[in-house]
Amino acid sequence: MTITSTMPDPVIDADLLTKTYKLGENEVHALQGATLKIYPGDLLAIMGPSGSGKSTLMNILGCLDQATAGTYRLDGVDVENLDDDALAEVRNRKIGFVFQSFNLLRRTSALSNVEQPLIYSGLRARERRERSAAALRAVGLGDRLDHQANELSGGQQQRVAIARALVTDPAIILADEPTGNLDSKSGAEIMCLFQRLNEQKGITVIFVTHDQRIASHCRRIIRISDGKIVADEVNPDQLRACIDV
Amino acid sequence: MFLIEVIRLAFRTLIANPLRAILTLLGISIGVGAVIALISIGNGVQHYVTDQFSSAGTNVITVTPGRMQRGFGGGAFAQPAQLTMSDWRAVASGVQGTSAMGVSFSRASNIVFSGKSSSVNIDGISPQVTSIQGWTIATGRFIDDADVASRSRVLVIGQSVAKDLFESGEDPIDQSVRVNGLPFRIVGTLVSKGSSFLGDQDAIAFTPITTAQERLFGSQSQGTSGERIISTILLQANDDASRPAVQRDTAQILADKRKIEPGEPNDFTVRSQAELVNSFGLVLAALTTFLGAIAAISLLVGGVGIMNIMLVSVTERTREIGLRKAIGAKSGAILSQFLVEAIVLATLGGMVGVLIGVAGANLASRLAGIPADVQPASVLVAVGFSTLVGLFFGLWPARRASRLSPIEALRFE
Repeated sequence: MTITSTMPDPVIDADLLTKTYKLGENEVHALQGATLKIYPGDLLAIMGPSGSGKSTLMNILGCLDQATAGTYRLDGVDVENLDDDALAEVRNRKIGFVFQSFNLLRRTSALSNVEQPLIYSGLRARERRERSAAALRAVGLGDRLDHQANELSGGQQQRVAIARALVTDPAIILADEPTGNLDSKSGAEIMCLFQRLNEQKGITVIFVTHDQRIASHCRRIIRISDGKIVADEVNPDQLRACIDV
Repeated sequence: MFLIEVIRLAFRTLIANPLRAILTLLGISIGVGAVIALISIGNGVQHYVTDQFSSAGTNVITVTPGRMQRGFGGGAFAQPAQLTMSDWRAVASGVQGTSAMGVSFSRASNIVFSGKSSSVNIDGISPQVTSIQGWTIATGRFIDDADVASRSRVLVIGQSVAKDLFESGEDPIDQSVRVNGLPFRIVGTLVSKGSSFLGDQDAIAFTPITTAQERLFGSQSQGTSGERIISTILLQANDDASRPAVQRDTAQILADKRKIEPGEPNDFTVRSQAELVNSFGLVLAALTTFLGAIAAISLLVGGVGIMNIMLVSVTERTREIGLRKAIGAKSGAILSQFLVEAIVLATLGGMVGVLIGVAGANLASRLAGIPADVQPASVLVAVGFSTLVGLFFGLWPARRASRLSPIEALRFE
């Protein structure tokens, strides 16, 4: 009891989340009562095979979708009753997404790509540029601000995407198979970057993956199967991704 | 501030695919260009025609023999009606409110000078006709009362006649020419009125009406009643206000004089220049509107082109839409992004269309010799309308984009 009372408030507090789809006549129970708390500064992986409900959980945690039942509190905001526009605002303020396929705007500079979320925050152009440049420097692309996204290597593109996730100063970063489209060297570099951001800046990072290598770099691993959380444990053998640091 | 971002984004997107953007906006450009060119040419023709009639004299009322026919076979006269000198005298002495009046007797003939000949309409006139018709003397003098009284064989010729008969540098004044074998002396030349759709106005020669009736075309001017016949009576009303009264009085005097029973149709026509100008103006305005409407249809086709390309664009950029929603774009932001893109496309197309239209109107006016009249209002309306076309045809694709589910959109391959 005394230990839990000194813990900070969880950034994610999800209780008994269920998600049911109607597929024609059949009902698909993608999530069946998932409960989890994630505290600020954590580095964790949500693992599970395809069809396990992992993507559904990520969509709900990322406020892209809403649970059929259960409660979800993100960084102090109850999101289960918000409308689409309010959810968009929550995503803009509190969540940074990193995708497997980067999802950068082609023929658009790195700087401008990173700026995009801030446009929807309503920031002025000058402040947007300053913050975007800072975010790109933080991911080691300070010298690539004006490069077109499609002229960068895969690893560099994913760094731009990470900068785009960081730039709004979100409560959590949700990374969906972030190394899936990268070779192992670039993948390791990206994991190193995530670890560094987590350790040096205390950024909460949640990976959604079926890749054991990603999970092995995390502090905590949640396993999901058939829409239920089947394991939630601390990883005792957390690997360091950064070789030269 | 957000709007500026959206407009900037629209331009960046369009520049990213320049060929597609140009081809799409070309559809609108052609539509707007066609509307502007056709309306400008139509307006030009309208003004040109009005000017032509006005140059023939303002507030002018003409009286001609015969009834103005409406349609074919509507009661033709067995014997063509004739107006005579006594009709003219009745009008001249009875009608009030005119500043000038004249009478003419015209026949086509040839003027011959040292082996060269010019085929023209010879107008036998009373002195005031030239001023009513708006002629100005270039060299020499007009026909005067003394000429009429003495049936003198004098001619005042138009520039086309002068060109036909004389070398450049040769002075026509006091030259002796022949008409129907009779010697005539040229006493004046007229300032050119140019040619119009009415034909070459300068192919004309004036002579005193008495000379024409009694010396030149003696047998042709012999009316059935034994009197000399006339071709036209010209009256110039004091002003616009007195014109209807002059017209009405003239008709009444002539009907009384010619003993036409009330209810019977007149066997002569009293017509004002203003009526003619108005009816021509109405026809041409209707024609211009009609042409503009046809051109506007091509503008709609251009709009469908925009809708088509915007739908393709929404499909192609589904993942971008998904991403934008994931990073916090509300539905309204996506809607305005695609809507502004369509509007920018259509408006740019409209602006290019204005250039095409003005160039087309000028080219056509140069080729046809009719001045085009590009009105700033029609340019504004055309660009404004193309913006509306963009708004209208962009709305559906933009709504489609804004309603995409972010999860589905991000998963889209």
